[in-house]
Amino acid sequence: MTVGWDWAYAIEILPALWQGLQVTLLATALGSLLAFALGLVFAVIRRSRVPVLDPIVRGFVELWRSTPLLVQAYLIYAVLPGVGITLSSLTAGVIALGLHYACYTSEVYRAGIDAVPRGQWEAASALSLPRHRVWLGVVLPQAVPRVLPALGNYVISMFKEVPLLLAIGLVEVITVANQITAQTFRPVEPLTMAGILFLLISYPASVLVRRLERRVGVI
Amino acid sequence: MIVFDGVEKRFGDNVVLSDLDFTVAPGEHVTLIGPSGSGKTTILRLLMCLESVTEGTIRVAGRYLSHMEKGGRLVPADEKHSREVRKRIGMVFQQFNLFPNMTVRGNLIEAPTRVLGLSKDEANARAEELLEMVGLRERIDEHPSRLSGGQQQRVAIARALAMQPRVLLLDEVTSALDPELVAGVLALLKRIGETTDITILCVTHEMGFARDFSDRVMMFDGGQVIEDAAPAQLFAAPEHPRTKEFLKAVLERP
Repeated sequence: MTVGWDWAYAIEILPALWQGLQVTLLATALGSLLAFALGLVFAVIRRSRVPVLDPIVRGFVELWRSTPLLVQAYLIYAVLPGVGITLSSLTAGVIALGLHYACYTSEVYRAGIDAVPRGQWEAASALSLPRHRVWLGVVLPQAVPRVLPALGNYVISMFKEVPLLLAIGLVEVITVANQITAQTFRPVEPLTMAGILFLLISYPASVLVRRLERRVGVI
Repeated sequence: MIVFDGVEKRFGDNVVLSDLDFTVAPGEHVTLIGPSGSGKTTILRLLMCLESVTEGTIRVAGRYLSHMEKGGRLVPADEKHSREVRKRIGMVFQQFNLFPNMTVRGNLIEAPTRVLGLSKDEANARAEELLEMVGLRERIDEHPSRLSGGQQQRVAIARALAMQPRVLLLDEVTSALDPELVAGVLALLKRIGETTDITILCVTHEMGFARDFSDRVMMFDGGQVIEDAAPAQLFAAPEHPRTKEFLKAVLERP
């Protein structure tokens, strides 16, 4: 193994790393969408105390938050085929990210929902609005904008956790860096460049989230 | 129009209303007065199904509100039944509670279109007419946050009226307003009282308004009605010592 820094080599591997990063970004985007949607469903079920579903969701969230993403991803990818469900690395990875982060986003949504004044619920109920309109017309339009910054922070941390999915064979940026290393026996440049790519995306994203926080006010 | 029959409301060991019987006739304007914690607001909240009775029954326009008939027996009302009976009861809150995510128009057409099944055009026409009446026609496309407290409360009154209620509940509707905005809201309520046949139940600390506006005043203390009389009589010659004490305290307020 050679140490030292070779600029020509570092630049040369960028296109390959960029390919990998696109997979990382895709997994983050799809995983976030799933986490946003599922977290919202979880939060509404918990907050309206839907019989049967409420304890199930609560149990699931407790269990899932207490176990590592890596184990969950592995279960989804390697154990589900045993019951006849075979998923690609990307699909399994997105489901793992979505389920894992839904447990966190559901708590975020819950905080947002609880921050809607009680008078809003009472006014909606005094007008006899049907339940779905209370949620979709009154409560969520007030709750969701306030929690966008918190959701944004989870997107950023999800982005940085995607490399864990190399364990289930997802060819994301760190996998690509490892593949390059295996051919060249020079690990410093690929991993450093991958790290820099993460930084170039995460840092501006967190600046954006902070700006959003200032605009909507933090919970 | 409204019948309370042996109503009790307890929160744990705390009895807020006990063995309460009273009737409000159609079109009658009744003001509930009394010290805070005497149970006045709880009555409005029971009528709005925001709370449920622990004993007794409530009927509105001949139908059970707190209960429903099922197989010849009275059982506690489910959500669907409550919503059905409550449709014709409107409420105006102390804190207005307009929906900040909707425009004034949105606030006024939401329930008529979603609950009464009016078309958008019908609901819009009704909204414009009501806003004309409360003097805010030109603010229809603004958000509530751009309006003053008094204006928001007038919109909230219009929102309640848009449901064409037969009963209107007013819960300390001027308590959260700056003093100079109170008169406009009270004048509007008087006009509504004079020009409609809506049955109105009103909780207020504005004794002047209570005197002019109501057909009857009920004095509450300790979860019971201790005096029930026409305003002229109750304000001029209260009988119960607690009523005298209360009126003295309220009227001598700086």
